[in-house]
Amino acid sequence: MAKNFSIKHQPGFTAIAATCFIVLYLPIIVLVIYAFNAASSTSEWGGFSLKWFQSAWQNTQVVDATLRSFQIGSIAAVLSTIFATMAALATTRTAPYPGLTFKYAAINQPLMVPEIVTGVALLIFFSRIKIFTGYSGIGYLVAAHTAFCIPFAYLPIRARLENMDLTLERAAADLYATPWKAFRRITLPLLWPGILAGLMLAFVISLDDVVITEFVKSGGQDTLPTYMLGQIRRGITPEINAISTAFLLLSVAIVTLFFFVSRKRD
Amino acid sequence: MATAEEVAKAAERRDVRDRWLLSAPALLVIFLAATGPLLIVLVYSFLTPGSYGDVKWQFSPEAWVSVFLERDIFDDTLSIAAAHVTIFLRSIKLSVVTTIATLVLGFPTAYFMATRSEKTRDLWLFLITIPFWTNLLIRTFAVLQIIRNEGIVNTMLLKLGIISAPIQILYTDTAILIGMAYVYLPLMVLPIYASMEKLDFRLVEAGYDLYASRFQVLRRIIFPLVKPGVIAGSILVFIPALGAYVTPSVLGGGKNMMLSNLIELQFGQGRNWPLGSALSIAVMIIVMVALLAYVRNAGKSGVRHG
Repeated sequence: MAKNFSIKHQPGFTAIAATCFIVLYLPIIVLVIYAFNAASSTSEWGGFSLKWFQSAWQNTQVVDATLRSFQIGSIAAVLSTIFATMAALATTRTAPYPGLTFKYAAINQPLMVPEIVTGVALLIFFSRIKIFTGYSGIGYLVAAHTAFCIPFAYLPIRARLENMDLTLERAAADLYATPWKAFRRITLPLLWPGILAGLMLAFVISLDDVVITEFVKSGGQDTLPTYMLGQIRRGITPEINAISTAFLLLSVAIVTLFFFVSRKRD
Repeated sequence: MATAEEVAKAAERRDVRDRWLLSAPALLVIFLAATGPLLIVLVYSFLTPGSYGDVKWQFSPEAWVSVFLERDIFDDTLSIAAAHVTIFLRSIKLSVVTTIATLVLGFPTAYFMATRSEKTRDLWLFLITIPFWTNLLIRTFAVLQIIRNEGIVNTMLLKLGIISAPIQILYTDTAILIGMAYVYLPLMVLPIYASMEKLDFRLVEAGYDLYASRFQVLRRIIFPLVKPGVIAGSILVFIPALGAYVTPSVLGGGKNMMLSNLIELQFGQGRNWPLGSALSIAVMIIVMVALLAYVRNAGKSGVRHG
């Protein structure tokens, strides 16, 4: 047998892994490069230029859709994180009680159903309510986003809670802290990294959603992804590359932040 | 006077009640804007289509008939059912092939990541997480730019003289397959990596001590131990692939429909909401069967490996 026999070696695995990482990043890199293309076609290189970023910036539809995405994303992220935090507090650090399994299933339900089905269901349900109430604002989008963001926000918060025991809270109670005070001064500060991670996750998930938004939105309620989908279906201009590049940058920034927050241990 | 036991019981009841109150907002929002409407879809699938979309409140099993059966009353409805069967089979086939492709590529990748040193492992994990959290539409769009006739793949092959005319990949099933495998690969790698990270390599060493070959170690030791991760990854890829909407719309063009596009059609030009609802429920049923198989399988392997 070979002198340096490595038990961890498997033939060809490293090559496949390398291929995977290259293949994962290559299309994204090409997309970003072409965002800086001076030519108006995406098939030839016409020199470096920022003109597509400029044109996207001056496109009122893009700005409008971006603002709507942020608006929906931030409201949905905050609401879903608050609800998920409460739900996580209610479903961890306890002996099993009747309904606990039901709660787990209910909270994770949006993850189990393909988005297209949820989209269709909400289209039907909200169209009824629209006729009934006459309201057709972005409230429907906020409600839909909040619902499917809850299981994502719930994940890191629950994980964090499960690693915290009740000793400190019990000590606070022994020292005559009210439950609210113990929560605010002990539980919340310890739970904070989990809540932040949940908030960021929920925001990214809301920002990325195409399918459910596409089915729920009324006319003139495009978010950035649904606007981009419409443009891509109609034909490609490097402007989409520019928008994608900006979007990518934001996602990477949030993910990086998320990574640091969730990796930090106490 | 209440006994200590009674006091404890009352406190426990109060605790459970508080826990229900705390989880009420989350449960309510999910019920109103996710779970509840699914029940309405079920009801709609048994109604009569309205002339301008929506439904007439009249019971009809018609929608379900046109999902499953080839109607033999009129000739024209017969061909439509055949199209449905084709789309069902195509969706299932593409989802299964995507799952297999991501498994074949993802398993070695997860293994590679798990066998790095502690320090660099986080970096590899980070590299696989970035595409995972990047917008799916943008990643699909990136694939589109690579595989189209003027894209980098065809340009390279032309320049190298391997082909004389661009290969039409875009707007074919192959394009959908490439796109789905690309966007869902991280979903396969992450759960496998999670199981692989916990792998005790002393077991692998023991295998080699007993004269196992590399392949035997892989098949008889590593694979059974990370099987839960493999099953979880397969489910995580299969479910969204079956319901995929963005990838087939962008890379498949109008002709190569998958189930989601067929469903969308019923709510748009098709104006057949009951059929769209029935198709949605059918997708749900396939997903449920897959999930059930997963739960049973996971249970079994849990017993075997303690």
